[in-house]
Amino acid sequence: MSDPVQAKDKPARWDWGRLSGLAIPLLAVLTAMIVGGVVILAAGGNPFAAYLGMFEGAFGTLNALSETTVWATPYILAGLAVAIAFKGGLFNIGVEGQLTLGAVAAALVGYGLPALLGGPIPAVIHLPLTIGAGMLAGGLWAAIPGWLKARFGGHEVINTIMMNYIALNLTSFLLNGPMKDPSPNNVLARTPNIADSARLIPLFEGYRLHWGFILAVLIAVLLWWVLWKTALGFEIRTAGTNADAAKYAGINVQRTIILSMLFSGMLAGLAGAIEVTALNFRHQLGYSSGYGFDAIAIALLGKTHPAGVVFSAILFGAMRNGATRMQFLTQIPTDIISVIQALILLFVAADAIIRVIYRIRTKEGRAAMTRGWGG
Amino acid sequence: MDTVLEAKGIVKRFPGILANDHVDFDLRRGEIHVLLGENGAGKSTLMNVLYGLYHPDGGEILVKGKPVKFDSPRAAIAEGVGMVHQHFMLIPVFTVAENIMLGSETVKGLQLDRKTVAAEISRLSHQYGLDVDPNALVQDLPVGVQQRVEIVKALYRKAEILILDEPTAVLTPQEADDLFRIMRELTSRGVSIIFITHKLREVLAVSDRITVMRAGKVVGSTTPAEAGEARLAAMMVGRDVTLEVEKGEAQPGAAVLAVKNLSVRDHREIEVVQGVSFEVRAGEVLGIAGVQGNGQTELAEALTGLRAPHGGEVRLGGSDASGKTPRYLVQNGLAHIPEDRQKHGLVLSYPLNDNLILCTYCEKPFSINGMLQNAAIDANAFQLVRQFDVRAPSPFVPASTLSGGNQQKVIVARELSRPIKLLVANQPTRGLDVGSIEYIHKQIIRKRDEGCGVLLISAELDEILQLSDRIAVMYRGMITAILPAAEATKETLGLLMAGATLEKG
Amino acid sequence: MDLKRFLFIGFIIVILFGVVVLVGASTTPPLVLIVSMVATTLSVVTPLALGSLAGIFCERSGVVNIGIEGMMLTAAFFGWFGGIYMNTILGLDPLPSMLVGVLVAILTGGLMGLLLAVLSVTFKVEQIIGGTVVNILAIGVTGFLNRQLFFESNGLFGGQLPHAPGVLPRIHIPILADIPVVGKMFEQQPITIAAIVLVFVCHFVIFHTRWGLRTRAVGEHPRAADTVGINVNRMRYINVVIGGMLAGLAGAYFTLESVPSFEPLMTNGRGFISLAAMIFGNWSPIGAWAAALVFGASNALQINIQFFREMIPAQFAFLQQSYVLGMVPYVLTMLILTGLIGKTTPPAAENQPYEK
Repeated sequence: MSDPVQAKDKPARWDWGRLSGLAIPLLAVLTAMIVGGVVILAAGGNPFAAYLGMFEGAFGTLNALSETTVWATPYILAGLAVAIAFKGGLFNIGVEGQLTLGAVAAALVGYGLPALLGGPIPAVIHLPLTIGAGMLAGGLWAAIPGWLKARFGGHEVINTIMMNYIALNLTSFLLNGPMKDPSPNNVLARTPNIADSARLIPLFEGYRLHWGFILAVLIAVLLWWVLWKTALGFEIRTAGTNADAAKYAGINVQRTIILSMLFSGMLAGLAGAIEVTALNFRHQLGYSSGYGFDAIAIALLGKTHPAGVVFSAILFGAMRNGATRMQFLTQIPTDIISVIQALILLFVAADAIIRVIYRIRTKEGRAAMTRGWGG
Repeated sequence: MDTVLEAKGIVKRFPGILANDHVDFDLRRGEIHVLLGENGAGKSTLMNVLYGLYHPDGGEILVKGKPVKFDSPRAAIAEGVGMVHQHFMLIPVFTVAENIMLGSETVKGLQLDRKTVAAEISRLSHQYGLDVDPNALVQDLPVGVQQRVEIVKALYRKAEILILDEPTAVLTPQEADDLFRIMRELTSRGVSIIFITHKLREVLAVSDRITVMRAGKVVGSTTPAEAGEARLAAMMVGRDVTLEVEKGEAQPGAAVLAVKNLSVRDHREIEVVQGVSFEVRAGEVLGIAGVQGNGQTELAEALTGLRAPHGGEVRLGGSDASGKTPRYLVQNGLAHIPEDRQKHGLVLSYPLNDNLILCTYCEKPFSINGMLQNAAIDANAFQLVRQFDVRAPSPFVPASTLSGGNQQKVIVARELSRPIKLLVANQPTRGLDVGSIEYIHKQIIRKRDEGCGVLLISAELDEILQLSDRIAVMYRGMITAILPAAEATKETLGLLMAGATLEKG
Repeated sequence: MDLKRFLFIGFIIVILFGVVVLVGASTTPPLVLIVSMVATTLSVVTPLALGSLAGIFCERSGVVNIGIEGMMLTAAFFGWFGGIYMNTILGLDPLPSMLVGVLVAILTGGLMGLLLAVLSVTFKVEQIIGGTVVNILAIGVTGFLNRQLFFESNGLFGGQLPHAPGVLPRIHIPILADIPVVGKMFEQQPITIAAIVLVFVCHFVIFHTRWGLRTRAVGEHPRAADTVGINVNRMRYINVVIGGMLAGLAGAYFTLESVPSFEPLMTNGRGFISLAAMIFGNWSPIGAWAAALVFGASNALQINIQFFREMIPAQFAFLQQSYVLGMVPYVLTMLILTGLIGKTTPPAAENQPYEK
């Protein structure tokens, strides 16, 4: 071992060698795409044409780029939601339900508030309220399993999954019942359109790219700042890494559990709210399906770091967006994306596989995150 | 005298360590051969090799003159080798019988034959004077009995060679004597025993031969007749060791900790601390002696805010501290060196600078208005690492990369660099090398001399006797006696630890 | 299983049965209703019972498995596909085709179990993430293949959804099924019967055989098991594959016994509810089955109450909304997990990869 620290060779807090950690996620994506290519081949398609089509669909034109950011926005927020829960030591598998209820709440305030108050409301009040309602709904939906964990030790994995199904049932009930669009030709389970004053405007005329994307990136920066530059962030991270030591350090672990879940749910709810206010201008059954598991893959690919999440989200958004063009050009079903994403998650999780394939040497150890069902 | 077991030139490597460096060892029939060395000398590694848990990188093993290869414990068991580990290899939720038959189950058709096994266990245990109830749940048994179960487990498999790894770590002196009696009973029936320990006094009490290991090598072999404690200690450490720590007279002041009638319950709602009362004064060390499992852990938790007391009162520096949070206590002058440093004391994946502000991150200067001040945190880290001689390449490496001794130094640095009134040190030197032990003892005495009160909880009687000004003994959740260190002897303390009470007057 | 929990289970079941009896009282005798409820319950509980058995084998050996849902889904798809392939492409009769389908499903489950084992035991991946990988992979693969094989013009069946061989027929258990009225609950489909038998068989295996003792040892204190010569990782591998196969059989229930078709995500959370049943049953097969019966009964209530749509008094009209009743299993699960209805003790060493 070495001598105590000398004053002259002062080591630094951050060293660029840390970026070598990026190698694994990048290689995981590459390997997943190769395996995905094999699957495409086996299903009778041409992998190169498929990936070219996907790339073209994702980045080929300005419109494509705009659409990619549109897809990426909820992914960024949902991925951040999962990431902050992870940092707090929790698995939030309930992003799906939190996002859905966020959308429903936003839609409700979007179309319902003017009706309730008997007249139009200025956008400067209506829009924040709409978005706020979404965040509140999502936050609450996540805080319940968070409280159950803090108070009873009830494992958040199953509880958040259960909340997803409850949310699904609740949404079906609402969208087929009290919140159903009463316009005469409507048979679908959807809400009425929200008022103009509750809508987020696009950044540029003619493209769907909207302020929500900017907001999402800003929130990623905010999250980074909170986690690493504030005492609260220190508490959340410490409780998430070693709850025993955290208690020792005077941290109220029950409080951080609930806060982590609350923030997580708020981000998921925000994702849903933005979909409503910026894109769809209403909520319809099935609109928010599939984000939950994608969010987990995105968060893990991004190593649960806000910057990583943003990039992973853009990647996933690109894949989803490009898949439509790929299907149009090559008839390969867009579901192949799910397979590729599952493979990405596989390789990121079992990074030993990547290390073996590409002969990378390992560095630090891993931190245990959960303790089975014992809470 | 025939040799039943021989190890020749055993080599075993782990990443970064040569745990066994061409080790030779032999065992004769019917003898008790002690393997002595300090923590980390390589004794357990050698035994794990002899039991088939580790594969040696070099060397060979001979049983009764015949070369053998132990691919797994099964092979060792088949050759008559049995092992009782330091941390019991018993499954708490199983019965004694289930534990004993695991791996060599007796079956009637497809079904486990519990009755036959129970009968055999009763027979064996009576034969060797090791009474155990086959149908009892292991988690309900006291530690001494669990150890007997481990021994019966080995005998059930017809072990002729028994390896005992630090068996007395969890026993009172009286229970240890019981164990020695059992060992002699076994050897008189032809069983040969390898006994691993780092406690010098036991060695002389029970051994026929002694082999000393240090840093992976065998340093020498001797007998109790030839060597005394001092010589053995020197062999263990490689230099002359002062077995005593230098300490002047204590100058005790006012009480910094006053505990009255404190009771604490564990997670199973059983009262494990029953109405204890004692005081720690400024400038003195109060040592609490006692075998682990008599309530010390819960007592420490209650005093440091990790567990709410069930009844009674705790006063820290004159003000009420019962049931207060760890943060309150830390801000009121409490320092705590926890029993399990990796669980409670450090966040292993965090760098040293974060670990060093683990308790104070929310206070100035490390945090202003809720925002962390990196410059202050880093400066603090540089200073403490130098001051407390923490061997690490930089204050930004994760704590997991440090040795046990250095990890403990980080904790000590953190806790002792604050202005404190009371230091609660719980098993502070467990598992550390002699150098680190000496260092920590010095720090404890230094703090005492600066006017701090020290509550030392330790299962190592030697440590208690060396450092304490007054000694309390804890048994089954109660303080059975408090006496000045000068009046305490190992024998008296041993009796108290086993539940006896002092004669009055 | 302690008294508190048995009483709770009994209480809920009585209530659920009671509702059906009350609602249908005006047209149908109570005994008929009860028998109908029992028959339906036993049938719908099948995937839950098998799923919880799968969970028990995995977790008792120390591997947390939240991928049961994905295992069921994949097995449901491939079992269904196997049956169709045998029937439509190879021309086999419906019944043997379906049996082949069941075998394919079991095999698929076993393979998914193998995947989880490789991730958790060999690569020591965080087990919950491993289970999530299984789930995501299942959704992706089944979604992709479902569309590619059956709906694409260049797919195996030319874009036309082929006729499925059907569902497995009910077996008429001699003597018992001939009892008037009550006999109806002894006419069950094969997987349902297999599930009930397996509950008791697995209970015996886990608690009274050598295999069970060693499995439990590996899940409680793997190092102790290692020191007596048990190969911890091998035990875990085999148990997780067994678990996978049981989940595979559960998957077969969905597409070969319940309905003769495949819908994406058709397992609908039952893999997760199985886990709740397992926890509530304290990792014991019979205990988990009892807990699963509660969920099954509420599901059966939902089904049976459809027959009495017109009879339902206005106050209970909301019960009709499948969404309301549909939420019951999930809310119950969360309630169970609070531990307010009895404490449970998981295997001590679960969710920790074993390092020598």
